[in-house]
Amino acid sequence: MIYRENGQFKTTYAADQQIFTIAQDKVFVLGVIAFAFIGIPLLADEYMFRAILIPFLILSLAALGVNLLVGYCGQITLGAGAFMAIGAYAAYNFMIRIDGMPLIFGLLLGGLASAGMGILFGIPSLRVRGLYLAVATLAAQFFCDWAFLRLGWFTNYSSSGSVSISNLSVFGWGIDSPLEKYLFCLCFIVVFAFVAKNLTRASIGRQWMAIRDMDVAAEVIGIRPMWAKLSAFAVSSFFVGVAGALWGFVHLGSWEPAAFSVDRSFQLLFMVIIGGMGSILGSFFGAAFIVVLPIFLNQFLPALGHLFGIEISTAGVSHAEFIIFGSLIVFFLIVEPHGLARLWSIAKEKLRLWPFPH
Amino acid sequence: MKFRSLALAAAIASVGLSAAVVSPAAYAQAKEQYFPVIVYRTGAYAANGAPWANGYVDYLKLVNAQGGINGVKVSFEECETGYATDRGVECYERLKGKGATVFQPLSTGITFALTEKAPVDKIPLITAGYGRSESQNGAVFTWNFPLLGTYWVGADVAIQHIAKEAGGLDKLKGKKIALVYHDSPYGKEPIPALQERAKMHGFELQLLPVAHPGVEQKATWLQIRRDRPDHVLLWGWGVMNTTALKEAQATGYPREKMLGIWWAGAEPDVKDVGAGAKGYSALTLQHGAEPNSKVVKDMLALVHAKGQGTGPKDEVGSVLYMRGLISAMLGVEGVRKAQERYGKKVMTGEQVRWGLENLNLDQKMLDAMGFAGVMRPVQTSCTDHMGSSWVRVHTWDGAKWNFTSDWYQADQKVLRPMAMLASGKYAEEKKITPRTPEQCKQ
Repeated sequence: MIYRENGQFKTTYAADQQIFTIAQDKVFVLGVIAFAFIGIPLLADEYMFRAILIPFLILSLAALGVNLLVGYCGQITLGAGAFMAIGAYAAYNFMIRIDGMPLIFGLLLGGLASAGMGILFGIPSLRVRGLYLAVATLAAQFFCDWAFLRLGWFTNYSSSGSVSISNLSVFGWGIDSPLEKYLFCLCFIVVFAFVAKNLTRASIGRQWMAIRDMDVAAEVIGIRPMWAKLSAFAVSSFFVGVAGALWGFVHLGSWEPAAFSVDRSFQLLFMVIIGGMGSILGSFFGAAFIVVLPIFLNQFLPALGHLFGIEISTAGVSHAEFIIFGSLIVFFLIVEPHGLARLWSIAKEKLRLWPFPH
Repeated sequence: MKFRSLALAAAIASVGLSAAVVSPAAYAQAKEQYFPVIVYRTGAYAANGAPWANGYVDYLKLVNAQGGINGVKVSFEECETGYATDRGVECYERLKGKGATVFQPLSTGITFALTEKAPVDKIPLITAGYGRSESQNGAVFTWNFPLLGTYWVGADVAIQHIAKEAGGLDKLKGKKIALVYHDSPYGKEPIPALQERAKMHGFELQLLPVAHPGVEQKATWLQIRRDRPDHVLLWGWGVMNTTALKEAQATGYPREKMLGIWWAGAEPDVKDVGAGAKGYSALTLQHGAEPNSKVVKDMLALVHAKGQGTGPKDEVGSVLYMRGLISAMLGVEGVRKAQERYGKKVMTGEQVRWGLENLNLDQKMLDAMGFAGVMRPVQTSCTDHMGSSWVRVHTWDGAKWNFTSDWYQADQKVLRPMAMLASGKYAEEKKITPRTPEQCKQ
């Protein structure tokens, strides 16, 4: 009834090529962004910002990067954690070694360094595919774990191997409070999400999708596989690298290589699979599912037990969290193998027909 | 279709219910001194994390059973980290808003992350026997309290102990000492102190990292078999220690030549190896297993006898249990000291910091609390946040830990300049102005 494009005629090519062709969609997305910028700062408390919203935003950005590579170009990667680490450590080195380096530049340079390494570790993708490629990208993970643990130069010879950064500021605006950190990350994610959305609609994104769907056919119609695959690796690693730099600088403040372990790589891949491969929105759903659900379960279960007068031990809660979280992953993958983003679009289709489905 | 809508309804119901449930769960705690308890009862290090947590919580229960801190009751809440830094930070953010008195992160990684946050939130961090070694300099690290010693203290005493067995510090020249360490900030902490000592006495230090969680050490022990170092220092945690001892047994490296840090010197580390670990020694920062101390008897009588014990009864008095207990005691004593100045009511984080900084537990007080023979006096000051650096060595006889050395004290002539240098570097990086003696008096 409300969600229907009846009467919205497109009279120009520009109108036909918009990101959101339906006016209701556009209003909804702008509304969500406005709410994120204005509504959430008024509603959320410090805990929400620091423990939930900031990690969610940063990992959404990382998942977005992984989605470009895995979901759009079809190249499975298990090295996302490594590219986050490269982004974080490169940005750290740019910041401490060059006096007066502006923060945003530092972060972007971290992303660029990660993109360069992404191209290097993407080279095997020209020869191997599928699961074999996933194993090859694991090399990036182990290489980075080794390099950041063993080569003292990267950590500025810190004795414990842990590095830290503080006094972040942009144009004299100090990013100290959780709200400022949240807004800073939000600006990044909004810009990057629009870049990603447009990339996937442009020729480069279409090339990636052609390679994903059938690389021989793509080659026949004139798409260069090397260019398409390596550009996907570069762009994806750039996104992931910036996310890694934000994770280190804004969220943790002080980190060690364990923050970007192979677990993180798996986590990012799961976000993409659960959220929905080849969907920008899916990256956000996946990140929300993986970041927020365990924390929610961890707090919800004791409270639920309390309601019924049962005291659940800390270990019990933690085990239950794993069990429920795992079974929910299985449940969602059975109900909708194409991820949460697909559930969302089914809901939209249903809404179009509502209230007269027949 | 029906299944789906049912699942959807269940999901919506649970979200609605949770909104109703979670909010009253933020219990009002204004009248009680609130202790957040960051623990890991699950994950790769659960076997060691659980007794620590039980000791910590039991002591808080004991304080309540004895009437609270000068009449102020204690409340507490656990938060599970699984030894993961990001979950630890989440726990900190969740619990700090509830009026947290003091945080004890129980992981070097989490300590590093919280060191950045504690000054902003004005909540002290106690890292009893772990954490950043340079944080003993309270002028720079205003909110960190590595009470009862740091890893540098451990490293320093380990070398002293080896030297004493060898017959003097000059006998160390030309010896080869290997450090088998957990490859994380925790395992790397002692390296600067060992390197300093190696330079002083001319022994060769061999560094052998082991990747988390430490179940794969074949390559490390092959190297040890080949190089035959005179001594092996074990800086492991959890399952890594057991694996190391089994590998030592398999390679035929004498356990008598192995010396562990206190994280590698508890019952869970050696129990599974049993007789194979006989002769293995470990440092204790003050206490070992203390089943006969008065505080343990009080605990059994006042808490466990009433069925309120947190963990199994036979664990009470074991090494890590005592560690948790003493860590809790230090936090509680910080509050008690703060009450002397600010009045007998609930203390804020800032007030507790003052209390911890002016902690003065002499032997008489310790004896009165039931810690006779367990630990030695602790006295902190504005610049010294460590308070004491007494260490003993205990040895596993195949069934239990026995003390086999006298008390050692870390050489502050070596460690203090290193701590000043490292904390000075930190202050410069973070643009912190160290506190002057005048500011300390406030």
